[in-house]
Parts: sequence; structure tokens; C-alpha cells
Amino acid sequence: MGLAKRIIPCLDVDKGRVVKGVQFVDIRDAGDPVEVAKRYNEQGADEITFLDITATHEDRGTMVHIVERMADEVFIPLTVGGGIRTLEDIRIMLNAGADKVSINSAAIFNPEFVREAAEKFGSQCIVVAIDAKQVSAEGEPLRWEIFTHGGRKPTGINAVEWAVKMTDYGAGEILLTSMDRDGTKDGFNLPLTRAISEAVPVPVIASGGVGNLQHLVDGVIEGKADAVLAASIFHFAEYSIPEAKQYMADKGIEVRMPD
Amino acid sequence: MAQSTVAVIDYGMGNLHSVASALATVDASVHIEVTADHDTIVAADRVIFPGVGAIRDCMAEIRRLGLDKTVAEVAASDKPLLGICVGMQALLDSSEENNGVECLAILPGQVRFFGNALTDANGERLKVPHMGWNQVRQSHPHPMWDGIADNSRFYFVHSYYADAGDNSQIAAQCDYGLPFSVALAHNNIFAVQFHPEKSSTAGLKLLANFLRWDGK
Repeated sequence: MGLAKRIIPCLDVDKGRVVKGVQFVDIRDAGDPVEVAKRYNEQGADEITFLDITATHEDRGTMVHIVERMADEVFIPLTVGGGIRTLEDIRIMLNAGADKVSINSAAIFNPEFVREAAEKFGSQCIVVAIDAKQVSAEGEPLRWEIFTHGGRKPTGINAVEWAVKMTDYGAGEILLTSMDRDGTKDGFNLPLTRAISEAVPVPVIASGGVGNLQHLVDGVIEGKADAVLAASIFHFAEYSIPEAKQYMADKGIEVRMPD
Repeated sequence: MAQSTVAVIDYGMGNLHSVASALATVDASVHIEVTADHDTIVAADRVIFPGVGAIRDCMAEIRRLGLDKTVAEVAASDKPLLGICVGMQALLDSSEENNGVECLAILPGQVRFFGNALTDANGERLKVPHMGWNQVRQSHPHPMWDGIADNSRFYFVHSYYADAGDNSQIAAQCDYGLPFSVALAHNNIFAVQFHPEKSSTAGLKLLANFLRWDGK
């Protein structure tokens, strides 16, 4: 009896369409983020994340419209990330119906932005996304750094210290992506996930590298994550959300089973 | 029969779009007014009192707009009133948040911080905010629980919890390091800590029940 560990499918959205493809054979429009989100809701997803991968100013209206439709039709929490740089960006997304916004590079360029956002809108809707990679050499004590530009640019910022600082500034949740695992299907960077989850008082969502259901279990049990985010294993129907939840439940993890 | 009206009290704290669209989804015939207007609120058949964010800012806006009196008037009537999240907390006597804030004192009780040393039965540290889907243990039958299985999961996001002042008003509890009240019921008032508008099937069922409940 207690709080369930969450499974969060993440949809990359470009100009209003789901990218990297979603392969549900029986869905009306697999390119429509709202149709896909509906399907995940029916399967028992605990939240949905939309990541606006282009996030240009011109495309912002398209994303807002999608968030509005989502809020009209799907009644589970929605996080929107990508291109959240100003208080006005946050206000627009929350008013459109997002429950949380995810702030990434804007926090690195201006940490005070996170403090202002949390004070204005409340910590409960401010997620700070952290893209981190291991930088310590073999044999050295483990050390991870924040990277920007899709993992190409190091910042010199210690990832664990950064996570703590962001929660001090008011982040209500951390979305941690193991950049050295993203796209590999080798599983989360577990020492990194655990180090950050143990260092911060707020929930941590593990992301990056999920290739099978055991990786989700490892993220929760070894990585101490409060939620796991995955994209391709669900989009390509390698596994369904009910299968993932059943697998986690069989390993002793508390999950919310679909109705 | 006249069309039924639900007033969703809008005091500028958070987005009420989801609450309104969830209500429209469960009953397309209901008329929904998202409003801060006293006369519109007291004329409605049912009233929803939502809220997100910090309690100090919420209470300041509620008082500035005169909604403290409006909510008290609805609470004292026989009109069904549903408090959600900070709306529930605002109905109690006071909150520990923001170094102590006086609330509406419509229901007895305090709003307390979960603390930084919360652990589960196995000694594992529990994160605050309490965020996600937790099981809601119904204390006794109530029309608002019709068709909702005991221990159904609802979506929560909060760092402060209701410590009810009158145990007979507890309609449901949850466990998160400690047992705490997640639903309170008194006459025509029903208040929940979770977000029914974000709680998928179970949440929509609760809202459908509210649209049918006569407040008795």
C-alpha cells in the first residue's frame, strides 16, 4: 500500500507531429500526439511527456494547440518540455493545460529562472531536466557532468551538485537523462541515477537507454528512481505499458495497474 | 427541468481548463461557469473550489476577491461543494506552509508539512512532494464513492497534508510515511487532496458522482 512508481511515455513532437514514429497498428493517426497519448492513457500510463524538439518561436502555437486538445481529452498529468525559456513560456503552457513544464538549458544559462518560476507557479509544476554523462576515467571516483546540445557540449558542472542546487531553487522534480546511454538500449546509468536520487529530496524520473523491461526495474530498485521515462520500447510496440507494469509488479515494485 | 450549472471558482491560481473539460466529458449537458463572480457562484447548482500553488498566495487572492465570504455562504447552504487540492486545504483552519497561514476555518483541521525525514515501512526515504498515484482508502460509504472501488489510485501532487480536526469528517485516507486524510466530508461539503481531473477513470467517476450528488 502506497505510492506507485510511475511509467511515463515520452513523445518527441516536431511541428505538431510525433517523430521517431509510433507503431501502433490500430491507431487512427499515429502521428498525432493526442491520439497516441490517448492510447497510452487507455493502457495505463501514469503521465505523458511531450518534448517539443524544434521549439522554434513559430511552432510554439502548434504545440499550444496540441496541449489544449490533450487537456480536453486525456485526464492524466502532462509535462511539456523543449524551449521553455521564459516565465511567459511557462504561463502559456500551463494555461493551455500542461500540469508541469520541463526546463533544461534555460536553467543552465540562468539558474535564477528556476527560482522565479517556482515562486511564481509553484514547485509542483517545475521539472528541471538534467542531461548528464560520466566524465571520470576508469578507476577514478565516479563523476558526472552536465552536457548541453544533445550531449555534445560539456559544461563542467557536476551533475549531482547541480541537481541539489536546482531543488534548492525550487524544482519539484528532476528528469534525469543518462546521456551516455540515450539511444543505446543498454539501460539507465544506474550509479548516476542513484547518486542523484539519493542527493535530492524531490522525485527523480530516470530516462535514457531503456531497451527492455528489466531496465525499468533496475532504474527503480538500483537507481532509486521514482518514475521511469521511455520512448522507443513503447512506441515501437516492443512492449506495452501493461506488460511493463506487470513485469515491475512481479519484481515487487508497487505500480498502478490499468483499470 | 432546467439545465444544471456548476460554478468552478477561479481566483487566478492555476489552470482550470482541465477541471472544466473533465466535467464536460462526464456530462455534456452540464453548464460550466469558470468564475470569480459571487452572484454566479451562489446561483449555481454545484460549486467546485480548486487550487494549486502556495497557500499564502491562494488565500490572499481568495480574500482580495471576496471569495472567502462566497465560499462560506456556499458551505453553509445545502449546495454540493467540492474542494480540490489547495481548495481542500483552504477550507481548514490554518496551514503550516509559508510560515503559517490562516485559512477559511470552514472545516476543523490543520494543514501540515510532510517533513524531510519521511520514511516508508522498510526505512526507505520518501520524496516530497508526494507526487503520483496513491491508493485511497475509503473510510465509509458516501455518494461520492459510488462505483469507485476501495483503494483505487488517484493522482496527487502536494507537500502539505490535511490533519483533520474531526475524525468523523474523514472520508478517505492514504499512507505516505504516515496515514493522512485525503478526503473530508461534512453535510454538503466534500473535499479531496488528489486531482480527480488528472486521475483518469477513477477521477472522472468521482466528478460524475459530484454532478449527481444532492449534497446529502
